[in-house]
Amino acid sequence: MSLALRNVSRTFNNVTAVQNINLDIKPGEIVGLLGTSGCGKSTLLRAISGLDNEYDGEIEINGQVTKEIHDTTGFIFQEPRLLPWLNVLDNVTFGLNGKRNDKEHRAIEYLESVGLIGKEKLYPRELSGGMAQRVAIARALVTSPEILLLDEPFSALDAFTKMQLQDLLLDIWKIYQSTIVLVTHDIDEALFLCDRVVVLRGQPGEVATEITIKEERPRNRGSEHLARIKSEILDCLDLSGTKS
Amino acid sequence: MAKNQGELTAVLVGKKKEQRRLERKAAAKNGVWQNIVLGSLIPAILILIWELLSRVGFFPSYQLPAPTVILEKIVEMARDGSLFGHIGITTYRVFVGFILGTIAAVVLGALVGFYQKVEQLFDPMIQAFRSIPSLAWVPLFILWMGIGEPSKITMIAVGVFFPVYLNIVSGIFSVDRKLIEVGKMYGLNSFQLVRRIILPASLPSFLVGMRSGLGLGWMFVVAAELMGASQGLGFLLVFGQNMAQPETIIASIILFAIIGKLSDWVLKKIELRSLHWQDRVVK
Ligand SMILES: Nc1ncnc2c1ncn2[C@@H]1O[C@H](COP(=O)(O)OP(=O)(O)O)[C@@H](O)[C@H]1O
Ligand SMILES: [Mg+2]
Repeated sequence: MSLALRNVSRTFNNVTAVQNINLDIKPGEIVGLLGTSGCGKSTLLRAISGLDNEYDGEIEINGQVTKEIHDTTGFIFQEPRLLPWLNVLDNVTFGLNGKRNDKEHRAIEYLESVGLIGKEKLYPRELSGGMAQRVAIARALVTSPEILLLDEPFSALDAFTKMQLQDLLLDIWKIYQSTIVLVTHDIDEALFLCDRVVVLRGQPGEVATEITIKEERPRNRGSEHLARIKSEILDCLDLSGTKS
Repeated sequence: MAKNQGELTAVLVGKKKEQRRLERKAAAKNGVWQNIVLGSLIPAILILIWELLSRVGFFPSYQLPAPTVILEKIVEMARDGSLFGHIGITTYRVFVGFILGTIAAVVLGALVGFYQKVEQLFDPMIQAFRSIPSLAWVPLFILWMGIGEPSKITMIAVGVFFPVYLNIVSGIFSVDRKLIEVGKMYGLNSFQLVRRIILPASLPSFLVGMRSGLGLGWMFVVAAELMGASQGLGFLLVFGQNMAQPETIIASIILFAIIGKLSDWVLKKIELRSLHWQDRVVK
C-alpha cells in the first residue's frame, strides 16, 4: 500500500512538535524516520497510524485521504504493551480472527521466528524486557499487516537480538512486501534496513534531508558505502558540533 | 525436526515445572502451619487466662462467662438446631444484599465509567449520597418497607453498593491508555474494547471493591437485625442482652467473626484465581 503525507503538522497546546512534513512512500518501500529524540518522530508515526487524528494536513493511504485507523496497519510500539492478563500465546493471537486452532498454529510459527518457542504459557510479568518486546513483534507480524509502523522497536534489545530481529523483519518483508515506516535513532539500523532514510531535525521537527540507499540486500553492516552515508547523516544532524 | 525438538523441550520443561511446583507447595504448606501456630499462640494464652480468671470468680459470670460456657452455649444451640437457623438467615440476608448491591454497582459503575454524559449526570449525586452514613437510611427504609426482609436486604445492598461502585469507576478510569491503543490498532470496536481490554484491566479494582463491600455487608446485617428481627445472629445479640445472657452475645459475636472471615476467604480465593497474572507479592 502506498502512503503519502501532505503538509502534516502537529501542535500540542500551542507547541508545534512537527511541521510541514511531506512524504511519498511507495508500496513495499521501507522508509526510516531518523532524528534525535524529541524531534517528533513518534508523533508523526501516531498520525500515520490514525491513533492520533488531531494533526493538520492530509495523510493518504492508497490514494485515499483518511484519519481512521486502517485495519491492515500494524504498529510496534516503543514498549511491548502486552496485555498482562494474557499469556504469551494469547497475546500473539490477540489480533487474529478465526478458529482457535488456526490462530494458535500461526502464532506458534511466529513465536518460533522470534525465538520464543517453549515460552507460550508464560505471563508478561515472567518475561524479560527483550522477550516481551519479541512477543510484541510477533503479535504485530502475525497479522501480516500491509503497512507496518515501528517506533524504535529494537532500541531496548541487546545487540545480538537486535540484529537477529532486523534480519527477521527483512525476511517477513520479503514474503509480504509490507510498506514499512521505521522510526529510529540508530543510524546503523536505518542504513541496514531502509530503502530511504528521512532525517528530521529541530524543534518543531522538519525534514532536513532524504537519502536513498541503493545498496542491494542483504547488506553488509560494515560496508564502506554505508559508512559514507552515515557520516553524511551525522553531518546533517550536526552532532559533531555538539560533541566538540 | 525443529518442531519435535520444541515439543520435547516443552515436555521436559513441563516436568521440571511440575516438580518445582510440588516443592513450592510443600514449602508453602510448612509456612502455613508455622504461621497458624505462631498466630494462634497469643490468643490461646489469653483464652487460657480468661478461663482461669472466670473459674476463680475474678470475672462475674453474669458479665463475662468463661470460654467453656460460651462453647457450651454454641454446642447447645447446634444440638437443638436453632444455631443453623440463625446462621442461615443472616448469611442469606448478606448474600442477597451483596448480590443486589454488586449488580447495581456494576451497572451504574460501568455506565458512569464508559459514558461521560452519564458520569456528569449521576456521579455528583452518587458522591453526595455517599457522604450520608448509610445507617442513617434505616428508619426511612423501615418506614417504607416495614420490618421484614425487604428493608433489611435493601440496607445491606446500599452498604455494599458504594465501595463496589467507587472501585469499579476508578478501575475503569485508570485503565492504561496504552493498552487501549493496542486494541484500537487491531480494529476493536467499543464493545470489544470493553470486553477484551477494559474489563480484564479493571478486574483487580472490582475485586477489591467486592471485598470491602462484603465487609460492609456484614456490618449492615448486624444493624438491620438489631433494629428488629426474630431470627439471625444480630437477633441473638439483642436476645442475649434482654435475657441477660452474655454467653449468647459473645457466642453470636464469635459466629459473626467466623462466617465473616470464611466469606472473605472465598472472595480472596476467587481473587487469587482470577488475578494470578498480576505482578505483585503474593499475600
Ligand atoms: N501527547 C502529547 N502532549 C504534549 N506534547 C507532546 C505529546 N506527545 C509528544 N509531545 C511533544 O512533542 C515533541 C515530539 O515528541 P515525540 O514525537 O515523542 O519525539 P520523538 O519520538 O522524536 O522522540 C516533544 O517535544 C514532546 O514533548
Ligand atoms: Mg519517540
